[in-house]
Amino acid sequence: MSIKRTLLSTAVGFGFATTIASMASAEEITIATVNNADMITMQELAPAWEEATGNTINWVVLEENVLRQRTTQDIATGGGSFDIMFIGAYETPIWGANGWLTPLNDFADDADYDLEDVFQLVRNGLSADGNLYALPLYSETSFTFYRTDVFEAAGIEMPSEQITYTEFAELAAAVHDPDNGMYGTCQRGKAGWGENMAFVGTVANAFGARWFDEDWNPQLDSPEWNAAVTYYVDLMLDSGPPGASANGHNENRALFKDGKCATWVDATSAAGDVRNPETSSVADKTDFVKAPMQATAKGTGWFWSWALAIPASSKKVDAAKSFLKWSTSKEYFELVGETKGWVAVPSGTRQSVEEDARRVEAAPFAPAVVEAILSVDPADATLLPTPYTGVQFVAIPEFQGIGNYVGQQVAAALAGQSTVEEALANSQDFAVREMTKAGYIK
Amino acid sequence: MARAVSNRTKTLNTIVAGTLGFLLFFPILWIVVLSFKTEENAIRAPLEVLFSSGWTMDSFSAVQARSDYFKHFSNSVIIAVGSTVLGLIIAIPAAWSMAFVPSKHTKNVLMWMLSTKMLPPVGVLVPIYLLFRDFNLLDTRIGLTVVLMLINLPIIIWMLYTYFKEIPGEILEASRMDGATLREEIIYVLTPMAIPGMASTVLLNIILAWNEAFWTINLTAANAAPLTAFITSYSSPEGLFYAKLSAASVMAIAPILIMGWFSQKQLVRGLTFGAVK
Repeated sequence: MSIKRTLLSTAVGFGFATTIASMASAEEITIATVNNADMITMQELAPAWEEATGNTINWVVLEENVLRQRTTQDIATGGGSFDIMFIGAYETPIWGANGWLTPLNDFADDADYDLEDVFQLVRNGLSADGNLYALPLYSETSFTFYRTDVFEAAGIEMPSEQITYTEFAELAAAVHDPDNGMYGTCQRGKAGWGENMAFVGTVANAFGARWFDEDWNPQLDSPEWNAAVTYYVDLMLDSGPPGASANGHNENRALFKDGKCATWVDATSAAGDVRNPETSSVADKTDFVKAPMQATAKGTGWFWSWALAIPASSKKVDAAKSFLKWSTSKEYFELVGETKGWVAVPSGTRQSVEEDARRVEAAPFAPAVVEAILSVDPADATLLPTPYTGVQFVAIPEFQGIGNYVGQQVAAALAGQSTVEEALANSQDFAVREMTKAGYIK
Repeated sequence: MARAVSNRTKTLNTIVAGTLGFLLFFPILWIVVLSFKTEENAIRAPLEVLFSSGWTMDSFSAVQARSDYFKHFSNSVIIAVGSTVLGLIIAIPAAWSMAFVPSKHTKNVLMWMLSTKMLPPVGVLVPIYLLFRDFNLLDTRIGLTVVLMLINLPIIIWMLYTYFKEIPGEILEASRMDGATLREEIIYVLTPMAIPGMASTVLLNIILAWNEAFWTINLTAANAAPLTAFITSYSSPEGLFYAKLSAASVMAIAPILIMGWFSQKQLVRGLTFGAVK
């Protein structure tokens, strides 16, 4: 009897202590994020983590540009409004180097997490000065989406090897049939460093252009930039949809899925959506090849990663790390695969996930995505040497302003409001002014 | 004397006014239409959206399932009403003194107050953000109430000043001669006479505070976020969210639209007051 009573009281005491301990350690964390399919999935699955840890999550969902401005302002002022931020490959190294983010190097020692399984390129893109500052949810490069049925009907075979942009323009013109609602190509035209300049930046790389020379002198008035932007404008005017300067990723994705575009060079992360018969009318008529090249094959596919980071101002680092570990772990990807389908698993992050037989079966394009991602090198993305890293962006704080301005100028040239020469001359003046003000050049 | 207007001119004016009204209202109408469509149907060509696709409440259900609408709604109500009431408490004495006891600098003070509305808000974002951080006001309803009150205070004072100027000073003098104190003069004599004007001021400022989207998004996170933050959470450059964004917008604007509809007489009077002397 006394033994029973002792065991019972011990069990009750242990349970009570555990409850008290979990209550004491239960935290409420705030996560700032964007509104996209992968993050909505995470929001839906997060209660599993909340139940397992006793912690709770406040989600602050914002439009991408608002999120960028809001998180920048909070992190730069040490506001401490957020414990986890969903940020990209552009912000992470800059903010990390500024000491605004909590280093996540301890994940390398966590055998369960298996950081080595995350693609090296992605880890490098989210690091600064040898420290890892964010854990990736999904990563992307760009490749060419094309309509197999349209090319077949036109009697054209899309080459499997990387073609040149000149050849690409010829193919787009050959299948361009606006009278029957088919545009030869749909590309981003909406102004913004993350919109039209993502595509134009890779075209510029292909044509041998670079944003800055080795001494940070802007190169936007170079013949290479002129050739690249002239090519882009001509391509869109000859084979693009009307009003292309208003189309961003979203609009082009909708056009492509609606069967209005024969080709589209854009994010690999859209492949799952385009090949999903429930959301796309061209699911079984779309295939993928590498983004075209021209003078060089370097930097012809961009690199981007959306990742989770912990601001240095967070006071709940342990709970935040626990969520980061869960939400970017192999188990999380498995959970997404089992609940949402393997085609919906965030792509381009973990090797084991991309090689998983269930993933390959559900998403036969997965190996092409991996191949495209692995072919990108942000540290060597241009024909001529540069002092910066980044494919479609330059990893310096000043780039956001410069990229947006150049994007507006290019969009104006596309809309016929200025010539390519004027657009690039304005861009060069602006870039020189900004780089001088920032102290890069005198 | 009223000018004679022919029936033909009347009809023409009605058609032009109706067309203009419809054009102005069309974006809201289109948001309402899209909110009752699926995401796939919401991106079709306009005629297909209207006639070739079904109607559904799915977007409203999805929005309600993903977001706590009532929390955002109550934050909007508290912030909009709170900032207006707080503004009135400060603005009534200020407008009284400028309307009935003007000094030679009154006009300058009024112009200075109005000039603060011309400053781009983003110019003072960082200082205010730092103040909020240091006073622990970030993501609090009280902090937002104070900021919105300060932003709208010049408009409240200007509107009340214009109303008070219409009230004969002799009536206030008479109350003083009857022994009314300053407080009694303002509360029992001035305020009842200015109630129609104050109602317009209150309505207009509630609408301004309800629709304010710069400070309400920048100074909040999870706890004090009003309906403006609720809308932006459905905006996305990646993926299709037009129907849900429209549903969220309809849910956010419906309360203020209904309020504005029922009080349009007071609103129009408030907005046009002083236009005809």
